[in-house]
Amino acid sequence: MATGVQRAGQVTLADLKGKVDPDWCPGCGDFGVLAAIQKALVELQIPNHDVVAISGIGCSSNLPGFLNTYGMHTLHGRALAVATGLKLANHRLTVLVTGGDGDGFGIGGNHFIHTMRRNVDLLYIVMDNQIYGLTTGQTSPTSRVGMKTKSMPFGNIEPPVNPISLALAAGATFVARGFSGDQKQLTDLIKKGIQHKGFSFLDVFSPCVTYNLDNTYQWFRPRLKKLEDDSSFDPSNWTSAMEKSVVWGDEIPIGKFFERNDSPSLHELEPVLNEGPLVDRDPSVPRDIARSFVEELM
Amino acid sequence: MNRTFAIAIGGAAGQGVATPGDIFARIFSRRGLHLNAYNAYQSIIRGGHTLLTIRTGPARVTNMGDRIDLLLPLNQDTADRHLKLLTDGAACIYNADTITPGAAADGVQLCPLPVSQLVDITRNKVAQNTLAMGAGLHMMGIGFSALEEVLREQFRKKGDAVIAENVGVARAGYDYAAAHFRSFPNPLPKGDERYAILSGNMALAMGGAAAGVKFYCAYPMSPSTGVLHWMAAHARKAGIMVRQVEDEIGVINMAIGAAHAGVRSMCATSGGGFALMSEGLGMSAMIETPVVVIDCQRAGPSTGVPTKTEQGDLWQMLGAAFGDYPRVIAAPLDIGDCFKLIPEMFNLVDRFQCPGLVLCDLLLSEGRLSVHPSELDFGPPIDRGELITGNNGVFPSAATNGGYKRYKFSDSGISPRAVPGVPGHIHTVATDEHMEDGVLISDEFTNPVKRRAMMEKRMRKVSGIEAAVPPPELVGPPDADVTLVGWGSTKGVIQESCEILNEQGISANQLQVRWLVPLHGEAILKILKKARHTIIVENNFSGQFARYLRSETSLVPEGHIRKYDGEPFMPHHIVEAVKEQLEGKTHLSVPMHEIMV
Repeated sequence: MATGVQRAGQVTLADLKGKVDPDWCPGCGDFGVLAAIQKALVELQIPNHDVVAISGIGCSSNLPGFLNTYGMHTLHGRALAVATGLKLANHRLTVLVTGGDGDGFGIGGNHFIHTMRRNVDLLYIVMDNQIYGLTTGQTSPTSRVGMKTKSMPFGNIEPPVNPISLALAAGATFVARGFSGDQKQLTDLIKKGIQHKGFSFLDVFSPCVTYNLDNTYQWFRPRLKKLEDDSSFDPSNWTSAMEKSVVWGDEIPIGKFFERNDSPSLHELEPVLNEGPLVDRDPSVPRDIARSFVEELM
Repeated sequence: MNRTFAIAIGGAAGQGVATPGDIFARIFSRRGLHLNAYNAYQSIIRGGHTLLTIRTGPARVTNMGDRIDLLLPLNQDTADRHLKLLTDGAACIYNADTITPGAAADGVQLCPLPVSQLVDITRNKVAQNTLAMGAGLHMMGIGFSALEEVLREQFRKKGDAVIAENVGVARAGYDYAAAHFRSFPNPLPKGDERYAILSGNMALAMGGAAAGVKFYCAYPMSPSTGVLHWMAAHARKAGIMVRQVEDEIGVINMAIGAAHAGVRSMCATSGGGFALMSEGLGMSAMIETPVVVIDCQRAGPSTGVPTKTEQGDLWQMLGAAFGDYPRVIAAPLDIGDCFKLIPEMFNLVDRFQCPGLVLCDLLLSEGRLSVHPSELDFGPPIDRGELITGNNGVFPSAATNGGYKRYKFSDSGISPRAVPGVPGHIHTVATDEHMEDGVLISDEFTNPVKRRAMMEKRMRKVSGIEAAVPPPELVGPPDADVTLVGWGSTKGVIQESCEILNEQGISANQLQVRWLVPLHGEAILKILKKARHTIIVENNFSGQFARYLRSETSLVPEGHIRKYDGEPFMPHHIVEAVKEQLEGKTHLSVPMHEIMV
């Protein structure tokens, strides 16, 4: 390779600082997620030109612009589909997908399910604030029943989606929940998610300090119980993970719910990629193969 | 005039129409003859009427034509529907045990096959089809060995006993015809060339492979699914990643993701799926990542008629995705052009970093045509434009990263495109309006000066695209009585209509449009201003191209010929409509499709 390739030990937090500073509201949970991503990338020492952060639309989806890696700020709900295409075309890249609960579980719900069942090798971080923020405060797919918003002023009557149960049911091979108020655990979960071979799902409680006054840092702190502190919990057991995923109330489990490492990623299953990433290939079809394509029509 | 011979084979779906069709097609092509095949069918897997027309001749056969020379009805329903359309000199071979023919025109030869006397029908369920093929072959003046050779290939995997049985049945039909039926006066000629027989969908897919497509994804939708089938079957040989995706929204976004990583990426759908892709096209334009999308049009609106053809998606294409952005739209002129157009389209969209749309239709997608192998060029010129990849990049040191501007202003509007993974070119692309370095305008402050500058940068590409694409040309006598204007798949049938009109003393010429955007309106206007009588021919209700041409040039033509019954034009539809319009009877003709299927 030519000059400019960063060597191990070179990636610093300063390298990962984006061209502009985040314009999130002061106190937004998303600051904590951005900081944890940057710390995780420094700890893993992945050169920033080999990382692509892909997002949809929403407050949290502005994140790639605040991170100095390759980035794609795509369409509302579509980041996982874009990321799948990009990963299959160049599977050398480390792919992070970031977005919000409306982006991922509402408009992007179909891609969410199918990307998990395909076990595409990427880390999907949802900054889950249980509200639509950028559109100034409407009910989201994870808003709790009874929550009053501009779109449901008399209280939400629809039960929320459970992202952890959904991910487990759809076949995600790494499922975790973090809290943007706990940097140490969050950074660790992001590192584990990047290192996991296959689809990693990380749902992060990332409080919206402007529009969600129900689920605040103060509301979460006493309720969160770390799964790693429960010695009887086995994250390789899918059934126990499913049982834990439905626990919600005075106690809310947080940490790694599930991981399995015996499922190949999508890019490992397609023999077309055996010769390396598609992006390195010569575009032309070899002459003898081209001739065989025409011969079979004669 | 091209002397042609057309066979029509009709029956219920699942009754085995396709196999005799394939066998006749192979016999004709090995005889060095051209052919054009069109299958009129319904969206039913078993049952439902289907009529396959194969028209063959020594010169290129551009459309299904007006006449059936030989009808092979596999059931009573087919005989009832189509026998009455046969004219003097035609013949109908049928199973006398199961079919009672109705009235036929004078000069039509009825050829009953006593199937149960000739073969043991309990052993061979498609014996009537094989007998009819043998009989038909004799009447066309082709030696039996041509059929035997193809049957041997067809049943190769089933073993010698099955081959022998089928060859025997075919021979019985051949010999019966020799003894009982009158042969056609002119035996089918022979040529020296050999042709490939392919559908438009195969041609689009192979054109993609030739263009260097490395990523293809799709959601199944008639009539585009054949592109997916070819791609899936040949992916591993051609080194193409092929994915079936959860919906067309996923398709376009996945295709753009792959394209953004630096490979040529393509997808195909029909009108309904294309509607779902609209927002994605806007992203391709905004982040300036090229992608090629094929729309194989079917009769709409909504689910419409999934198995019937139409040219009804032009305005959807012109208006796809909101906002103004550079795009390229082209309609292939025939099945061979489906192949040729794809590499051309990729070179344009790679150069100009914008979406490219291919407006095909069911007529080409599912029709079949003989194409000379030399036209299927797997070594077309490939121009990836200003692309910086790990292979060709000149990397600045990491310290200078930030000097690279993905959306750098330029006179052409084109900015060098670095793909993720290349050191020293880190940037974030965004569907939000952005500055040269990719930073969102809304993240800084919403700045009208910057917004205008970036809008103008993107739109400057439009004039470059126009210069890269040729205007359409007038074909035929320059000072004709009538000028027929068409676009895309109607090229062949309009061409034959012009030949017929010229033979009948009405001079006609043709302006066929392949590049819809850019249109070259001024060049078209220059041609049509000199025309004596301009008629626009198109396969839709509202005259979508006529309205588009008027919006671009203010041109109001003298007349229109439109068809929106789901079936393609036949030459006589156009010829008769031209005559009635030149006589001043109407300026809008909507021909009736006689063959009801």
